[in-house]
Amino acid sequence: MSAPYDVETGDAVHPGRPVQVDRYTVGARINHWITAISLILLAISGLALFHPSLYFLTGLFGGGQMTRTIHPWIGVVLFFSFAGMFLRFWKANLWKSEDGTWMRRIRDVIAGHEEKLPELGKYNAGQKLVFWGMSLLIMILIGSGLAIWNAYFANWTSIEQQRIALLVHAVAAVAIICVWIVHVYAAIWVKGTIGAMTRGQVTGGWAWRHHRKWFRELVSTSKTGRGSGTRGTPAE
Amino acid sequence: MFPPIPNPTTAPVAPKMGDADLIRRSASGAPSKVEFKEPVAKLIDVSKCIGCKACQAACLEWNELHEEIGTFNGSYTNPPDLTPASYTLMRFTEWVNPETDNLEWLIRKDGCMHCADPGCLKACPAPGAIVQYSNGIVDFDHAKCIGCGYCVKGCPFNIPRISQVDHKAYKCTLCSDRVAVGQGPACQKACPTQAIVFGTKTQMKEWAEGRIKDLKSRGYKNAGLYDPPGVGGTHVMYVLQHADKPSIYAGLPDNPRISPIVEAWKGVTKYVGLGVMGFAALAGALHYLVNGANKVTPEDEANAEKLTQGGRS
Amino acid sequence: MTNSWTDIRNTDLVVIMGGNAAEAHPCGFKWVTEAKATRGAKLVVVDPRFTRSAAVADYYAPIRQGTDIAFLLGVINYCISNDKVQWEYVKAFTNATYVVKEGFTYQDGLFTGYDDEKRDYNRSTWDYEIGPDGFAVVDDTLQNPRCVWNLLKGHVAQYTPELVERITGTPKDKFLKVAAMIAECSSPTKTMTSMYALGWTQHSKGSQNIRSMAMLQLILGNIGVRGGGMNALRGHSNIQGLTDVGLMSNMIPGYLTLPTEREPDLNAYMSTRGFKPLRPNQMSYWQNYRKFFVSFQKAMWGASATAENNWAFENLPKLDVPAYDILRAFELMKQGKMNIYICQGFNPLQAFPNKAKLADALSKLKLLVVIDPLETETARFWENHGVYNPADPAKIQTEVIQLPTTCFAEDEGSLVNSGRWIQWHWPAGSPPGEAKTDVAIMAGLHLRLKELYRKEGGAFPDPILNLTWNYKDPHEPSPVELTKELNGYVIADVLDPNDPTKKVLEAGKQVATFGVLRDDGTTACGNWIYSGSFTEAGNMMARRDNSDPDDTGAYLKWSFAWPANRRILYNRASCDINGKPWDPSRKLLEWDGAKWTGYDVPDIAPTAKPQDVGPFIMNPEGVSRLFARGMMREGPFPVHYEPFESPVANLIAPKVRGNPVARVFKDDFAQFADVASKEFPYAATSYRLTEHFHYWTKNNHVNSVLQPEFFVEISEELAKEKSIQNAGWVRVWSKRGSVTAKAYVTKRIRPLMVDGKPVHIVGIPIHWGFVGAAKKGFPANVLTPFVGDANIETPEFKAFLVNIEPSTGPVA
Repeated sequence: MSAPYDVETGDAVHPGRPVQVDRYTVGARINHWITAISLILLAISGLALFHPSLYFLTGLFGGGQMTRTIHPWIGVVLFFSFAGMFLRFWKANLWKSEDGTWMRRIRDVIAGHEEKLPELGKYNAGQKLVFWGMSLLIMILIGSGLAIWNAYFANWTSIEQQRIALLVHAVAAVAIICVWIVHVYAAIWVKGTIGAMTRGQVTGGWAWRHHRKWFRELVSTSKTGRGSGTRGTPAE
Repeated sequence: MFPPIPNPTTAPVAPKMGDADLIRRSASGAPSKVEFKEPVAKLIDVSKCIGCKACQAACLEWNELHEEIGTFNGSYTNPPDLTPASYTLMRFTEWVNPETDNLEWLIRKDGCMHCADPGCLKACPAPGAIVQYSNGIVDFDHAKCIGCGYCVKGCPFNIPRISQVDHKAYKCTLCSDRVAVGQGPACQKACPTQAIVFGTKTQMKEWAEGRIKDLKSRGYKNAGLYDPPGVGGTHVMYVLQHADKPSIYAGLPDNPRISPIVEAWKGVTKYVGLGVMGFAALAGALHYLVNGANKVTPEDEANAEKLTQGGRS
Repeated sequence: MTNSWTDIRNTDLVVIMGGNAAEAHPCGFKWVTEAKATRGAKLVVVDPRFTRSAAVADYYAPIRQGTDIAFLLGVINYCISNDKVQWEYVKAFTNATYVVKEGFTYQDGLFTGYDDEKRDYNRSTWDYEIGPDGFAVVDDTLQNPRCVWNLLKGHVAQYTPELVERITGTPKDKFLKVAAMIAECSSPTKTMTSMYALGWTQHSKGSQNIRSMAMLQLILGNIGVRGGGMNALRGHSNIQGLTDVGLMSNMIPGYLTLPTEREPDLNAYMSTRGFKPLRPNQMSYWQNYRKFFVSFQKAMWGASATAENNWAFENLPKLDVPAYDILRAFELMKQGKMNIYICQGFNPLQAFPNKAKLADALSKLKLLVVIDPLETETARFWENHGVYNPADPAKIQTEVIQLPTTCFAEDEGSLVNSGRWIQWHWPAGSPPGEAKTDVAIMAGLHLRLKELYRKEGGAFPDPILNLTWNYKDPHEPSPVELTKELNGYVIADVLDPNDPTKKVLEAGKQVATFGVLRDDGTTACGNWIYSGSFTEAGNMMARRDNSDPDDTGAYLKWSFAWPANRRILYNRASCDINGKPWDPSRKLLEWDGAKWTGYDVPDIAPTAKPQDVGPFIMNPEGVSRLFARGMMREGPFPVHYEPFESPVANLIAPKVRGNPVARVFKDDFAQFADVASKEFPYAATSYRLTEHFHYWTKNNHVNSVLQPEFFVEISEELAKEKSIQNAGWVRVWSKRGSVTAKAYVTKRIRPLMVDGKPVHIVGIPIHWGFVGAAKKGFPANVLTPFVGDANIETPEFKAFLVNIEPSTGPVA
């Protein structure tokens, strides 16, 4: 496999014991955490207004009025922040043939029988689904959210359209929260993952075990990881 | 003449309505069972209305509202729509009756209908921001309102308006403050022709029957009472000359009901949504318990080292 | 009003014509809705526009403005032709049977005696034939061709439904439907009420508009009965009070008149005011004129008015012209013949016609004093407000003084409503800033003038120096003191001629009724018709007992109605010649064999026998007049005259322009558009909107919210013809001025077919100006012609000609 597969800017390998692999640049990580925090805040504030039993959560934001005011603004932050992530990651999340195999062997995925799965690039199909799911749902949420952002856009749509928007927003929010649960759970379940988004690195073993194809390619294209640091030159 | 409500005394009067009379609170469980007070209603007899706007002026003054001085917009309807400062509005429609070819100037006082099944209350996410009293009055508690505008979407009559100044929802209160001390609403008090009368809903329905009889005797064969069942009836009712076509009265809904979308949003979505999210979290937890963590093995690390040292694959 | 607001609920048919009660009198209109709701009464509206009244009417018919007389004479003709006449009533209670002098004729729109030069009539033939017994000749058989009935029949015969349609534009079927509904009320048990206002008065023949309906009501037997009457809806809350207390230039209180310069002494003055009965037994109540007049003089000048000096008759001004009405005042002002104008509670720059002329006149004054609770355009006439008031302050030398006053809610006093109820009111708040009551301001003026006259003398200081001014606080007489004076009081004891130990009247006491007023100087009374309003029993105007035995609508214990607390004038006419009610279900009075009893105060001597004494006691005949004798300047019968600015020539008298006896000043004639003018092809009318009260409420925020901006109303047809958009800007102009307004393109105005030609109507509400809270706008009087009614000079605001075109907004 001579052509670069899905090695991204900043991905690099640092030989040693254990081997350290740069998976996310500082920029990507900041981007991710802004997005993550926004999403969590949105989920909490959204849920507070979604179900009366969760209304108490508005207390975290300074009350109902503040929650109502702040929620859409966080949404805007999320939107732009996620847009940044999308531009970073969309290429690596393109669907590949092995993703189909992975999906077909989802039972093995869930059971943790990774040895029965094909070698994977930087992202597995599950991660890609999370990525594309988030992308789609955020588009829906921002669109429907604008329609019901009463303070500025009350007159841009009809009330009937706003009703639909509310329903869509609620359903999409439920969906995105579910996607988020999957995403977070996967990070917790697959040990060694969280470091990728905190320190930016994973161990070589982690890369070998979960994203061997990406790891192999990284190794083959980047011999000079140490020294290039997280600002490694792009794979050539 | 409908017997006028006597003027109040100047002595303090204990309010006849309070928290103990609430039968519904938004985003809250049902309040403790209250003894249902006689439902009240305002009856607006469109056939007696001369469009003088005394009700509008009385509403502005009683509620100390400051509406903007607007412009002429091509009709006598001023301002052109309900606003956070105009809880009520005379809507003028020039309608040519196709049966008689006569012009009819339909003048309808628009405002909150005080639905028995209030869509605003159903949609409201802020506990207690919208309440319904046992006499049927649906009222907004502005201290609790968060300004989300969900009530606007919940309302089948397009009534509540959100202030861009304090971001709270406003609408007719049926003068709950006046009713609480035995008075009728300010609009009713100001109406010179008794086109607006106020009393118990039973009284109002009886009174309406007399009016409908009179209208039928004058050739309005479809005269009738507007008390739409789709929202469980309303505590503001109209006598219409053409009750078969409410929509000719500046778009009064023919068959108002809470939008099925709102019903779905506030019904099934709310419960199923929580369920789905809960299920997802639970499934994760269960999976972890059953399968345990997915750990990198020492062999994996060794393989990695081997690969980094062994060169290309 | 002959009747009262509350009595309207007793009617079977309400005819609103020449008014728009729902719009302009919404509170009183409740009695119309009551009549409809409880009696099944019908409401008919005849108006150029489909008004708010029409919105709740059972039947609406359009009419071209200024053609009401043709319509009403058409209805009279219909009633006579179809025998829809209350015959018993007409024969007994009107002058139908009276024979008119030889020589009286009518031809081509003019009666006998017209003088083209003077624009006036010699009215000598407009009277009854007087018999050798000194009484008017009557023919109870109605056979005499010269009896009033036959003359009337002949006079109205030409007003056929076809002619009515050609003149008024009212489609024949609609006219006939209205006529038929009205004619039903000729039954003694069916009554109709006529509610009218400025829609009839503001014409160059306004008085005759009203007279036409009054005649119709007499023919139907609807005067003096419950639910009937001629009900003028007064335009200001106390305008009835204004006329009652004689605030017209030719009047003194109680509808007494000022002397003219042809009446230099009391004898000459009284010689035309004797009112000798014209038929046997008649009360001819004005025979008491001298008692009312002397009592008035005593109230004014007290001890200085004596029998020797003819009760200070000299103190009264003597008119050299029929009246110094407001149109004349402004004409004089414009000619530089009037230097000081005191404008109290009045905004003439908005309220009188031809604003440019008014502004010109005001700028020729030396001093203008404006006494008002509000900022008015008149007080600011000299300020430049761009297109809205293009004045040049540098060129105006008039000194303007504004004196702020209290408004009705800040002071105590009385207001007289349309139904003649004098109702007391109490202050609800304190006046702002330096505002003073009108009384305090007038007292201040008086005291200073008196002081000047005392010091410096003058040609004739007596009327001022001798004026009775014995108030507790001379600087501010209290409303109670003033109203007690209006009621009247006894100056000196009057002893019973049969028993001199008994006092009939006791000095210092309030009189109980005008019946005790005397012409020997022993009584004083500021306004005889108000006698009984503030008696020894207290302030009758402040009574608030709304009991109403048997639901008659009389409410005798609520406030006080002049005269004598009578609620329905001519109420004796509610009974037949034998004193039995025409409609027992609507009994008002009844003759019990010895006296009149019932729910109202009888409008006749309580023991006057029904067969002998007629119900119209103010007339020397004792009956009402279908033939007005010489009382109206245009003639004894109404005639259809076109407005001075008319889209068509007068069909029945093409040579007659406007009202032939209306006074027109020379310069103003030049400012009238030609008849059927091509330059000004559209028939305009001005009117009020319910959201505003004249030019006051534009100062109020709430009213300004409810109707914020000036607009004009036009039909969809005219809008299409002229490419005018709804809510788009238009320019409207007449021969006198131009305004810019938003257009209201409405289905409520339709072009009318007048003698085969479509006439478009332009409706112009009056309420905007250049001061106040509402958007700046033009008042309608920029456009209106400077001409008034021939009898009382009410300006012709309701019918004039304009042109219209789409426009961009005003450039302020």
